[in-house]
Amino acid sequence: MDSPLALVERNLLAPGGLSTSDLERVFARVMAPSIDAADLYFQHSRSESWVLEDGIVRDGSHSIEQGVGVRAVSGEKTGFAYSDDIVLPQLLEAAGAARAIAQSGNGSGKPLTVRNARALYPAADPIEALDNSAKIALLRELDALARSLDARIKQVIVSMNAVHDSVLVAAADGTLAADVRPLTRVNVQVIAEAGERRESGYAGGGGRCGYRELIDSGRAHAWAREAVRQALVNLDAVAAPAGTMDVVLGPGWPGVLLHEAIGHGLEGDFNRKGTSAFAGRMGDKVAADGVTVVDDGTLPGRRGSLSIDDEGTSTNCTTLIENGRLVGYMQDKHNARLMGATPTGNGRRESFAHLPMPRMTNTYMLAGERDPAEIIASVERGLYAVNFGGGQVDITNGKFVFSANEAYLIEHGKITRPVKGATLIGSGPDVLTRVAMLGNDLALDEGVGICGKEGQSVPVGVGMPTTKVLAMTVGGTA
Amino acid sequence: MNPDVSVADGSVAELDRLAELSEDVIRRARAAGASQAEVSASVSTGLSVNVRLGEVETVERNRDRGFGLTVYFGQRKGSASTADLKLSSIEATLAQACAIARYTEPDPCAGLADAALMQKTFPDLDLWHPWEPSVERAIEIGREVEGAGRADAAISNSEGASVQCGGGVAVYANSHGFVGRERGTHHSISCSLIAGKGNAMQRDGWYEYVRDAHDFPAFDMIGRTAAERTVARLGARRLGTRECPVLFAPEVARTLIGHLAGAVSGGSLYRRASFLLDHAGKPLLPPFVDITEQPFRKRGHASAAFDAEGVATRESALVTGGVLQRYVLGSYSARKLGLATTGNAGGVHNLVVAPGARDGETPQTFAAMLQRLGTGLLVSDLIGQGVSIVTGDYSRGAAGFWVENGEIAYPVEEITIAGNLREMLMDVQAIGADVDPRGAILTGSILIDRMTVAGE
Repeated sequence: MDSPLALVERNLLAPGGLSTSDLERVFARVMAPSIDAADLYFQHSRSESWVLEDGIVRDGSHSIEQGVGVRAVSGEKTGFAYSDDIVLPQLLEAAGAARAIAQSGNGSGKPLTVRNARALYPAADPIEALDNSAKIALLRELDALARSLDARIKQVIVSMNAVHDSVLVAAADGTLAADVRPLTRVNVQVIAEAGERRESGYAGGGGRCGYRELIDSGRAHAWAREAVRQALVNLDAVAAPAGTMDVVLGPGWPGVLLHEAIGHGLEGDFNRKGTSAFAGRMGDKVAADGVTVVDDGTLPGRRGSLSIDDEGTSTNCTTLIENGRLVGYMQDKHNARLMGATPTGNGRRESFAHLPMPRMTNTYMLAGERDPAEIIASVERGLYAVNFGGGQVDITNGKFVFSANEAYLIEHGKITRPVKGATLIGSGPDVLTRVAMLGNDLALDEGVGICGKEGQSVPVGVGMPTTKVLAMTVGGTA
Repeated sequence: MNPDVSVADGSVAELDRLAELSEDVIRRARAAGASQAEVSASVSTGLSVNVRLGEVETVERNRDRGFGLTVYFGQRKGSASTADLKLSSIEATLAQACAIARYTEPDPCAGLADAALMQKTFPDLDLWHPWEPSVERAIEIGREVEGAGRADAAISNSEGASVQCGGGVAVYANSHGFVGRERGTHHSISCSLIAGKGNAMQRDGWYEYVRDAHDFPAFDMIGRTAAERTVARLGARRLGTRECPVLFAPEVARTLIGHLAGAVSGGSLYRRASFLLDHAGKPLLPPFVDITEQPFRKRGHASAAFDAEGVATRESALVTGGVLQRYVLGSYSARKLGLATTGNAGGVHNLVVAPGARDGETPQTFAAMLQRLGTGLLVSDLIGQGVSIVTGDYSRGAAGFWVENGEIAYPVEEITIAGNLREMLMDVQAIGADVDPRGAILTGSILIDRMTVAGE
């Protein structure tokens, strides 16, 4: 099989009559004595999606996007331009626009040297790897399964989508690296009705793999069952409580707490600028003893994983909090250079048309030793929250929210009634100091996370074990 | 005020080129056997400059192209898109769309909107005002904005000021022979500042968003407003859990109207994923509330003579006397519901909420709204996504001010506000004339009688 570099050169550069030797000419155009760094990011991205609704496979779409982004950096200044035409004249024009931030003068990049990273996922195109008729069959199966489980299920929407992304990074520091990235996802959404009550249930997942892996492992069918289960639970939910109480978070996706409460605040850019609530707190105690949180881009096949980041740096498992103490930030090259730190493989961008910045990959908390049942039994009155929608954070004052969409009351150490969705709010630098118990059941999410920052979306993962947090604010009405 | 406005531009020629391309592709689609076809093609360009602590941070040049095609073979549908407008890529895109339509299933509601509904007249909505400052000039403006904000002694740090200008042209065409051309510019200036240090840091900001750069206020005002808002948040406290009246400031009030629009939109209704099913003709707000859709507003952010299917838009009431007059439908959702399209494929075109109050005395100013709030919570910032359109359950993170007897007492943070949208809408006490003009939903501040605030 071809190396990713050979594959990407053939698909990205060759059609426009370019070869890697032309790239050095582009750097000669970008570089000047005052330019500290420059890079080119070539991308070809192909995606498809299919939707079944009301029992009909009613929509399918296919999309191709490609282009090249050119960045020049001088001190804290960044110039950026891009073209969706990957040919030399356009590339040179974009290079000229990007270096507008620099003083005049001539320079050149270092000779490009190929960097081979370990492959964390297969290069095969997931769109081609499964016949369209098999995709249609899956949509129909999941629809039939969801409807068969309960007569109260009145609406089922099943969608599946896949992306096949090829990228090539060339930088004036000599980096030349390529990556071919598959990403698949299957979603099931249902509406259940009982009398006047109407509730929705949602489940889905995926990863950097083909559809086949999601089907053969039984995960796709499990999501259909899970969506139905959630909707039916919510049909019986009573108003959520309002006020401060102990909260037990279930394993897996509730790890979105970490993403919002501390993840964004530990991204290098906010700390370089001093705008994060965590700025200047390296080495401080920011979490209870026993709390260790990592950002790990190296997990094979995971939605948030990358063999290399979007600057060509190999991804890492970076420890952010170790036994309660703040030990690491997530860095891209630009912020690492300005902070005198090492890039951690967290430089990510939505596409060639966006600038890279420090972003999370898969962020999770390591397991503790408690039996989850013991954790619930320890709560006199509180909330057990097992599933969440999204969250958001103000990184400067550290206030964050995340919204439960499946939760239960805990009364006298027992899970009693399901409650309606409610937003939980807290303060990032404070919330992990109130972690009182950690379960032995670390799980990662199913592969649904999308993180937004400054208008750019990238796929991410989260995870945590069952975790008891003392005195969180629960935004219900009762 | 802005000497940088250019008069000559290539937008008309670009529109003609896109229209020609679109018509050509529709002919090719018909030749390939499609019974119907539609195309959307667009080109947009822009410049974005960020200044932080007086220095340039980023300079970005944007040029984005898009081409999307949908083909129908009877009632089977396939779509494909590309950002590359070369003929070979467009032919490949057509082949992809046709290939997909071989696998989708006949949907009785699929197809173009009815030919009789296509827009025939194209008034000038005054949406095209190119503004092309040089990079140096944009940097200068950014410096002026940020500098005015940082002049406030309580400002300790900055996330910078941003100057963005740009415009786009777009064509929608379909096999009814409809070809719609649109062009519009959007420019924005924003500033985000930080006050306080360490654990006491607060961030806020301000932005302006206009069609015509002449409509910007004086640049230093943007920085000063950003600074005032940021400094006002210093010393924020939490609140004890309680029920109280809540005033949504204009910049967040539009989200409430957005939830309403989402719940009465066709996609939510035919999926039965709305708390407002079967509400047409029924009251959902108090009798003083009128909401109209005004697609022909000059320089409006969502003004358009035709919707995403070429259907003529029209000025019409959404809510009159608190009663829901109609839904928000495109032709697909309309057919699913057995109704007629309302010209809302792609969304609403300027929803205008008239000010008023239960007692008939319209509050003219924000200060008058604070008086009406009396003692309660003023919300100026909302975070999180805790709103269910299916059930109407509402629970979001909030920050703002505690108000006593119509006067701001102190800033508050780390609280949630919760209720159910159906009750919240019925509990609206007053809507101010203090309209925030920066979006597709135009409303003043909104006062709601009672919500649950959760805090300490």
